[in-house]
Amino acid sequence: MTWVNDVVQGVMLGGFYGLLACGLALMFGLMRIINLAHGDLAVLGAYLVYLLLEHWHTSPFLAFLPVLPAMLLIGYVLQRVLLERSLRSGLLVPLLTTFGLSIVIQNLLDQGFSPDDRSLGASAGGVATASWQITSQLSIPAIGALTLGVAIVIFGGLQLFLSRTRAGRQMRATAQDPDTAELVGINSRAIYARATAIAVAIAAIGGVFLAIRSSFTPYSGPTYLIFAFEAVVIGGLGSSLWATLAGGIVLGIAQTIGGQINPEYPVLAGHIVFLVVLASPRGGLLNLRRATA
Amino acid sequence: MRDAREGSGPPAISRWTRLSAGFTTGFGGLIVALIFVPALGAGVVQDMTGLLILVLMAVMWNALAGYGGLISIGQQAYIGLGAYSTVWMCNHGANPFLAMVLATLFCGAVSIPLSFLLLRFRGAQFAIGTWVLAEALAIWVSFDNALGAGTGTSLLQLDTYAPGPREHYIYWLTLGMTVVFLGALFVLLRSRLGSSLQAIRDDEEAAASVGVRVVAGKRILFMLAATGAGAAGAMTLANTLFIEPNSIFSVNYTALMIFMVLVGGLGTFEGPIIGAIVLYFVQHQFGNDGVWYFVGLGGTAILFALLLPRGVWGALEERTGLRCMPLGYRVARSATPVPPAQEPA
Repeated sequence: MTWVNDVVQGVMLGGFYGLLACGLALMFGLMRIINLAHGDLAVLGAYLVYLLLEHWHTSPFLAFLPVLPAMLLIGYVLQRVLLERSLRSGLLVPLLTTFGLSIVIQNLLDQGFSPDDRSLGASAGGVATASWQITSQLSIPAIGALTLGVAIVIFGGLQLFLSRTRAGRQMRATAQDPDTAELVGINSRAIYARATAIAVAIAAIGGVFLAIRSSFTPYSGPTYLIFAFEAVVIGGLGSSLWATLAGGIVLGIAQTIGGQINPEYPVLAGHIVFLVVLASPRGGLLNLRRATA
Repeated sequence: MRDAREGSGPPAISRWTRLSAGFTTGFGGLIVALIFVPALGAGVVQDMTGLLILVLMAVMWNALAGYGGLISIGQQAYIGLGAYSTVWMCNHGANPFLAMVLATLFCGAVSIPLSFLLLRFRGAQFAIGTWVLAEALAIWVSFDNALGAGTGTSLLQLDTYAPGPREHYIYWLTLGMTVVFLGALFVLLRSRLGSSLQAIRDDEEAAASVGVRVVAGKRILFMLAATGAGAAGAMTLANTLFIEPNSIFSVNYTALMIFMVLVGGLGTFEGPIIGAIVLYFVQHQFGNDGVWYFVGLGGTAILFALLLPRGVWGALEERTGLRCMPLGYRVARSATPVPPAQEPA
């Protein structure tokens, strides 16, 4: 029965990793780049909420509402100022510039907020601690269920946006072939900026959940970037968005089961599953639809 | 590569110019001079050891990124492995200096199986794959109580040497390692493989289509870079005498390597050496500023990547056509006029 509990906890943890991975997958699908500052942007979102809560005693979810447009703007500016130029010089330069950005963000956060551990768990109130006891072995924490629910809503919403709206269709067209998309009047640079804005905003949502679930420091970003990337790769780099959520869930289950074997193992177990998947012939567990290029 | 200049003789392909011959001789002379650094006093020796370690790290990271087109964020895996396997061998009775050399070779050996896993990938997958490997290794070492677990360990065996001579030996070994690895890269780049490596860097598909063995070329660079990083790790341990998993496996090493290589010149032989010297002075000037020091490093790396992607040295080479190391080929016409018999009637 504890194994059932582990799997259930793992699925909910996977929803959290899916949330962190969503923007990464969106940007990779569109531009073939990985933003190495993705985790730090998630942590930045958490700090902005933390900052608001210092002056305004409310729920972190409410405090996130004004942070959302700020993160959209940060994503937009990031694309226009940094990534657009980086992309022009090939696929290696974005890795270098976003790695540099990651170092800059971490240290500026350290400067602004000190390196101390922070958490939004206390401000979230009951949500952070409540749980439903199903059987003696199985309990479902409210925050886990909420994270998974939000992840499903966001993945579903993004999928609907991509398939049903005009802007979404333009995004898919640009992902397939930016030059041809340009020929039919799509401004690919504007599309890229919009996508990065969305990706960064979703990362910040992940950051808020990160801050409620556990404590964070200015240097938490890279750890979560790695988890997010592992989720993307396990799902199959460049395949559908839902596969990324599934990849997150596989990673989540691997970590909870690893933690069941030995409390020190969860992260290592996740890394091992990732490396095994990387070593597999397809290079992605759920990579059924072959990624193009 | 500059083409025909001066003279009207038949074109001749040469590798050496007067400048590069002079510069290479000067470089050799500098190395000989560096042997005598310990005469300058104790403080200088440890500083110079640190500088040589930086040179080694930068040159080896550049071998992979600048010539193989592979951005690694996980070279700290070999830095940590080099350091910890030195500790392990010393704990099992090896002479510390012998252990440093063996640990370096061990890193090279470990990189062979890893290359089969990682060289299937490029770009982001390679970058983060190497990173995850380094993280996994750090966690694994931190479980090992014999290696001091998470709290770290010291190289006690070095205490049997008096501090003065010990620092000299460490310095000379670091110098020797740096020269060996720089030399290996130099020979590699001048060999037939060197041209194929540049072809791989410029366009992998095109290189493969004309028969360049892309993966074999990358594997050699991967192993060289891993072995070199291992050496840097073993020497870092010797220079600081204490290590802990979190710092020796820290991704900050990658940040330093990226800074040095981008500032000096990605894909140039001389650039990373210049980058290391720049970082050495930056560390001395701002190293105590903590947060702002790293903000500066990251920011500078971004600016160089965007505005001066070939770094200080690459830009200088482009502007002036200066080639100080004889790594390329150049076509020059000899000064002697073409014999009349060969002129068209």
